[in-house]
Amino acid sequence: MDSVLQNTLNTVVSNATPLVIAALGETITERAGVINLSLDGSLALSAMVGFVAAYAAQRSGVSAPVALALGVTSAALIGALMALIIAWGGITLRRDQVAVGFILTLLAADLAQFLGQDYTRIPGPTFPTVPVPFLVDLPVVGPILFRHSLFVYFSYVLLIVCWWWLFRTQGGLAHRAIGERPASAYARGVDVNGLRYLYTILGGALVGVAGAAFSLNLKPGWANPPSMRGDGWIALAIVIFGGWHPFRVLLGAYLFAALRAFASAAQRSGDVGIPLVLLNAIPWLAMILTLVFVSSGVLERLLRVLPRAVQNRARALLRSDPPAALGTRFEP
Amino acid sequence: MEIVLKNISKRFGAVRANQDISVAFYSGRIVGVLGENGAGKSTLMKILSGFQAADSGEIWLDGQRVRYRGAQEAVRAGLGMLQQDPLDVPAFTVLENFVFGNPNLANPRQKLAELAARFGFHLDADALCGQLSIAQRQQLEIVRLLALGVRALILDEPTTGISAEQKELLFSTLRRLAREEGMTVLLVSHKLEDVIALCDEVIVLRGGRLVGRTSMPTTPQALVAMMFEELSPIDARPSLPLGQTALRVESLHLHVDRLHLHNLNFSLRGGETVGLAGLDGSGQEAFLRVCAGLLRPQRGRVCVGEQDFTHRSYRDFRRAGVYFTAAGRLEEGLIAGLTLTEHVALTDEGDDGAAWINWIDAEKRAAARIARYQVRGQPYSPIETLSGGNQQRVLISLLPEHPRALLLEQPTRGLDVDSTRWIWQQLEARRQQGAGIVFSSAELDELVTYSDRILVFYEGRCVEVADVRQTSADALGHLIGGNF
Ligand SMILES: Nc1ncnc2c1ncn2[C@@H]1O[C@H](COP(=O)(O)OP(=O)(O)O)[C@@H](O)[C@H]1O
Ligand SMILES: [Mg+2]
Repeated sequence: MDSVLQNTLNTVVSNATPLVIAALGETITERAGVINLSLDGSLALSAMVGFVAAYAAQRSGVSAPVALALGVTSAALIGALMALIIAWGGITLRRDQVAVGFILTLLAADLAQFLGQDYTRIPGPTFPTVPVPFLVDLPVVGPILFRHSLFVYFSYVLLIVCWWWLFRTQGGLAHRAIGERPASAYARGVDVNGLRYLYTILGGALVGVAGAAFSLNLKPGWANPPSMRGDGWIALAIVIFGGWHPFRVLLGAYLFAALRAFASAAQRSGDVGIPLVLLNAIPWLAMILTLVFVSSGVLERLLRVLPRAVQNRARALLRSDPPAALGTRFEP
Repeated sequence: MEIVLKNISKRFGAVRANQDISVAFYSGRIVGVLGENGAGKSTLMKILSGFQAADSGEIWLDGQRVRYRGAQEAVRAGLGMLQQDPLDVPAFTVLENFVFGNPNLANPRQKLAELAARFGFHLDADALCGQLSIAQRQQLEIVRLLALGVRALILDEPTTGISAEQKELLFSTLRRLAREEGMTVLLVSHKLEDVIALCDEVIVLRGGRLVGRTSMPTTPQALVAMMFEELSPIDARPSLPLGQTALRVESLHLHVDRLHLHNLNFSLRGGETVGLAGLDGSGQEAFLRVCAGLLRPQRGRVCVGEQDFTHRSYRDFRRAGVYFTAAGRLEEGLIAGLTLTEHVALTDEGDDGAAWINWIDAEKRAAARIARYQVRGQPYSPIETLSGGNQQRVLISLLPEHPRALLLEQPTRGLDVDSTRWIWQQLEARRQQGAGIVFSSAELDELVTYSDRILVFYEGRCVEVADVRQTSADALGHLIGGNF
């Protein structure tokens, strides 16, 4: 395979990884019926805190791996804390989750800029690229998928665990049920609001990890305005595009990163004859078109041709309905 | 299982839903729990099955006092309840629903197939639960509860919204569970014929109190006497001289989903009532919506008076005096979250096209309607806090005084005898003012009692019963089953 293409695809995977982690985190949260709209702010704040923590730890003399671990942990804690506020406001205080999320995202973004202003544009510790032994030697896919930092491998594991949990376990049934029909889950002995807290916080912690994946790996360091600004909203859109299904979410993130890479490559070469504005809009247009396709009757007609058992599985994979109880309150 | 309730009381604010109820149920018996809407049946059963906690009182199962927190503990104690709206997860497959909450089940797919086959249920393990009919969702709940090992089954209004065959299947299942497995079965209903067809004995609730218990067989009159304090007399229904044609449908062709209506002709004159009979989804719902301008036919004409209205909007139909109310009161007819006054304002002002709302005036008009239509509620009550019967009263009160035609989808669904009669008094009054009425119903008696003519739908085909006075509910039942 052409090594230029391989390199490009490798870059697409690493560029998409923070989006994958954040979107999977949000998927976990929304599957439980809670919408965490604070993603954009959370990403920025946790990226900043993660970087500063790792930087400070390194300055104080601890080894690089420990400093990085500290950075990721504090970023995850920040993400979890933001999510806790969403859960507390939405569940315990019975406020509108969307409103709480909106305010929080603005607040966190500003806070990140304000608190991070002394740490801009300084080098700090970063995650190295660690090829996976043996797997990296696989033909074609090896160099694309297995020559990355730990964040990328973490996203692979997260994907599998997420899918397996949601669709292969009793715990996953309860998880999905509290997002679809909490009253039914409650009648089967599930602690609806307790689990909603849990999954909101867990999802938020993953958003925090995604923040660290920006500031400790993809775009090391901190800058004002932060380089990942807007990516939180993209992650939210990818969850919708992904129909709340882990594999489709991953696909959406990769597709988005690929289209972005294509757009910027086209911009650099400068002679494609497409206006710049349009180039930048390509990822969004592609997303909208796919959504329209998925929710139109065409897909259903295609599905009907398939054998029944496959049909239901394909429908679960391609569904585009949000969890029925998303953003609603449950009072037993 | 022997179930003993001792002095159960429960209040919601000022409403005493259950007052000091003591009653016992025994193994192998099917007991009907009868009472009009709001009598407290659901509340008592929810307390028994752990969905709600009683304010005071005791529950004893097989001689043991039990206290449970939540329905799951009641199920573990052997008591399962089928809610009026089955408590499943529509986005799950049948199998997932079956397994959810029952982690210790070995080989669930086979267990599901066995149980379903035993009772003659058709449940596709891989189908999405949300695509099943109500009856199938009930069947799924029954096998799920059985797999959990319940020894008593409580069913809340299970016969609402299911077809006659499905009801027969349900009843034979319940009989087998009681006879073969000695299960205690409690059937909550406000329909006398269900209770008479199925139950070994009946308890009757009224105003939150237990007012009677009797063994079967008994007469409907005896049950009615226990359910109601007084009966409003049935009005004789006068035939009226027919007015002009209010609504006409010519060679209608309509395809929606799997339904095909084919070359249908129909006309409605002022002063007559036409009933639409048929199983759910046989075409009567689509037909009503075509008449109201809510569905566009592929071919054919819809005329209001002498004017062609085929491609006009629902708004134009309303302007011309043709009004429609849907069976789903909170889904289509009313707007949850809005108060009574807001409903009145929305309806009246919307029709006049005025931009400003005079709230003081709107509230006065709402209060007037509440008084006139005996709605239990306040002008500021959000509509969803009213009981079903009162919501239906509001829906009727929002209809204008002098419509040209009323198109009503199951106007008395889920209402008790008294409310039904009251609704019909209101409709009859409008008919006497010259309105034509088309209504659909699942109750054969209601169709025979209130219609001048009946259209029977079966899989999109349609026959007319011109002389209703010579037709019995039985004969109508045959037609509905497709024996034209
Ligand atoms: N959750 C609730 N909150 C307030 N009032 C309620 C609630 N549930 C029932 N009620 C009231 O209690 C009474 C009995 O209701 P219910 O048990 O549902 O009657 P039934 O099932 O016999 O129709 C009604 O007046 C109803 O409005
Ligand atoms: Mg009830």
